[in-house]
Amino acid sequence: MSDKNKSVQKTSSSRRKFLVRGGLGSIGLLALGSCVFINPLRRSALGLSESLVLPYSGKGTDANLWFEFTEENTLIFHSPKVEMGQGTFTGFAQIIADELDLDMNSIIVQAAATDTGILDRFTTGGSLSIAQLYNPLREMAAMMRQMIVNEASKKLGMAVDQLRTREGFIDHPNGSLSYAEALANVTEWKLPKNVALKPSTALKHIGKPIPRIDLHDKIVGAPIFGLDAEMENMLHATIIRPEHIGSSIKSIDFSEAGQMPGVVRVVEGKGWLGIVAESFSQALAARSKVNIEWDIPKVWTEEDLRAYLKVGEGKQMITQKVGAALEDDDEFVSLSFSSPIGAHAQMEPNGAVAEVKDGKATVILSTQSIGATQHSVAKALGFKTKDVNVIGKYLGGGFGRRLDTSHAAEVALIAREIGRPVKFSFTRKEEFQNDMFRPPTHHIVKGRLNEQGGIANLEHHYASGDVAINSLLMPPAMSKMLGTDVGAMRGANIMYGNIANRRAVQWHKTLPFATSFWRSLGLLANTFAIESFIDELAWNNQIDPIALRLKSLGDDETQTRISKVIKLAAEKSNYTNELIGNRAMGFAASIDVGAPCAQVAELSLTNGIVRVEKVTCVFDCGLAVNPDQVKAQCEGSIIMGISAAMHEKMGLKDGRLFPINYGSYDMALMRHSPKEIDVHLIQGLDRPLPVGEPPLGPIGAAIGNALRRLTGTRFTDLPMKLK
Amino acid sequence: MKISFSINGKSQVLELDGNTPLLWAIRDVLDLKGTKFGCGKAACGACTIHVDGKAVRSCSFPVKMADGKEITTIEGLSKDGDLHPVQQAWKDEIVPQCGYCQPGFIMATAAMLNEIPNPTDEDIDQNIINICRCGTYYRMRKAIHKAAKLQNLQK
Ligand code: FES
Ligand code: FES
Repeated sequence: MSDKNKSVQKTSSSRRKFLVRGGLGSIGLLALGSCVFINPLRRSALGLSESLVLPYSGKGTDANLWFEFTEENTLIFHSPKVEMGQGTFTGFAQIIADELDLDMNSIIVQAAATDTGILDRFTTGGSLSIAQLYNPLREMAAMMRQMIVNEASKKLGMAVDQLRTREGFIDHPNGSLSYAEALANVTEWKLPKNVALKPSTALKHIGKPIPRIDLHDKIVGAPIFGLDAEMENMLHATIIRPEHIGSSIKSIDFSEAGQMPGVVRVVEGKGWLGIVAESFSQALAARSKVNIEWDIPKVWTEEDLRAYLKVGEGKQMITQKVGAALEDDDEFVSLSFSSPIGAHAQMEPNGAVAEVKDGKATVILSTQSIGATQHSVAKALGFKTKDVNVIGKYLGGGFGRRLDTSHAAEVALIAREIGRPVKFSFTRKEEFQNDMFRPPTHHIVKGRLNEQGGIANLEHHYASGDVAINSLLMPPAMSKMLGTDVGAMRGANIMYGNIANRRAVQWHKTLPFATSFWRSLGLLANTFAIESFIDELAWNNQIDPIALRLKSLGDDETQTRISKVIKLAAEKSNYTNELIGNRAMGFAASIDVGAPCAQVAELSLTNGIVRVEKVTCVFDCGLAVNPDQVKAQCEGSIIMGISAAMHEKMGLKDGRLFPINYGSYDMALMRHSPKEIDVHLIQGLDRPLPVGEPPLGPIGAAIGNALRRLTGTRFTDLPMKLK
Repeated sequence: MKISFSINGKSQVLELDGNTPLLWAIRDVLDLKGTKFGCGKAACGACTIHVDGKAVRSCSFPVKMADGKEITTIEGLSKDGDLHPVQQAWKDEIVPQCGYCQPGFIMATAAMLNEIPNPTDEDIDQNIINICRCGTYYRMRKAIHKAAKLQNLQK
């Protein structure tokens, strides 16, 4: 694979040569019309109305380039989605390998830059990359294979049925021909109609636990990330921006900073100040010499925030309404839950390298929104979008943080002012202080049992700051039209179809600091509230919590899929309500974007220290293109969920978000992560479902429910910590 | 000031401010990008390298303290083109997700195995305290045990 890494470098130069020498324009570049997209788009649109999953939205009509063959018979797939850890590039390669009859090693997947391919306007996120592209990519690869065969048939003067494709070659009665040879003189593509996909029995890569294609690069430290990018003759910048909530710069004195060694220039922007130096450490040293007076209209405290964001305050939207509501004078149980502000804390800080020259700009960075970055940079510079090229690299974690890349425009402005390329990176303090946080939430869950020991009523009232509203994906006009924050709503509605009276009510407020998407959005906190409540109802009435859940489910297809994961999780974990020595189990389940998941957390309590020893996870992810990577996503979600449920909390201090570094922002480490994570996948549907987020649903409640058994206390506020 | 050290077996002489964190000398002067910037305050381990065989968080290690020392980064961990046992174990267990934290963990693990050739789970918990946001700890633990076996076989 190290050779492959080299080949990435090599092909890019030989590809150019190939094109120039050939002199034939777009040899090997496949431009496809919109025809391919009609079906997937319509399918996705239907999906949208069902599950609020946003459709794949790449434009199918411009000069869109998906596939590119190099002289060495390597295929480059210009992916409309970026790779941020979920193994999607590997999944894409598997799909292509099958439908195009290629060896995995001769496929290179790269994020399409704005001038090398089509992009998804709706960015990379929502765990949707494979789910959205599975069919379009299979169709496209199958079509490409057919076109190669057609070209070979012309070239060889042989009938198509005499030709067979095999790992990048076309075998014919007199020998064989590589794909690249077959394509060498093609200038115009004829799109074949009605290309058949392979039957599932013929698939050799899809559904197999094939090692990630980026594995080698990632264990040898190859320079694949946004922050590894450089440009010739570049300078380094750091940017000072307001630290206090709602504050702005009142006065600024950077005379001393400007004299520091290595400092080239100080650039004033709208509400920020850029310090440009020969090296990043010089820029940081100079930064510490800047004296700023802030204008702070209000010093926000945590008490302010709690009073501001709670059920009963803000904009009310009923997001689920079945049967009757509980009346105040009814008898019922009610519990209040909360979750704190969460930081993304992705390991690679945000940053960018930019150059502005001769009326054109180039920006290289890690982003979940290459297209939106292009637009914002163009707008800031007053350029046409086509004059801005944005190149996306591998992301050192995304989790929703990199949907906003407003810093790219700032770096481009600095680069233009300086007249040299500039590289910029957030410091970790800035990452923590200027995050697009997961909003805090407050929940009140109410319910009661019926005479048969089933649940008669269940209501979930939930308050949240912005998730989707006012974000890139849901600009103000659309937010207004929808009214509901569909992000905060993830996991908020009661999934148990057999509960006759169920209801979910959203209370939305925009907070005074930026909040947005954080892996799984509202799912983590909403499921924590609902599934903890159900467990409490069962516990207080001596009912088995699993039986209570199963009784509450209906029998349509989705309800049956939920039942299945619940039953299997109980079975695989040998679930018990009893203590086992110093250990106890907790159970929870959820369904997110159509993918049900059930988890059992087994906790131990020794000398006042709680540890998650084992998690059993049963996940119906539909068709798993790469089961090993789906399992990896379950493991990662569980560990991130443990971190969120037992450790993480952003607070406010002196009107600023706090803490400002790892360590003080308490996160799960090796010693907090379970030694056993037992994942079982179920294929309840024959298409891939999103996998990067649904397994984050149950974990918080599963831990809380185990703690209830272990300590006798019901934990209602995240993070759950023993006093 | 003038600072000389050996890095991945090659001697280097640098002329720079002695207080510059070694991380930036490695990344930006010597252009070895495998060592990562995560926090700059010795709190995450993304920048872990070896100085005279010991794991060091290079973001908080002034370059002047590296004078005359032997430095190894992820690029120099494996000898003669083979994967180091830790890298091999990481590959076998398919550990990385986003991958950004991985060089730091691999370097921290390699240093630990030099001191503790057969680490217990407790040894791992106490010594491997880097941060992985993607949550690959579960596979890492398996990979560390495997790496210990591979390394002992090689001896
Ligand atoms: S970058 Fe050095 S410990 Fe985080
Ligand atoms: S693999 Fe992404 S931070 Fe560790």
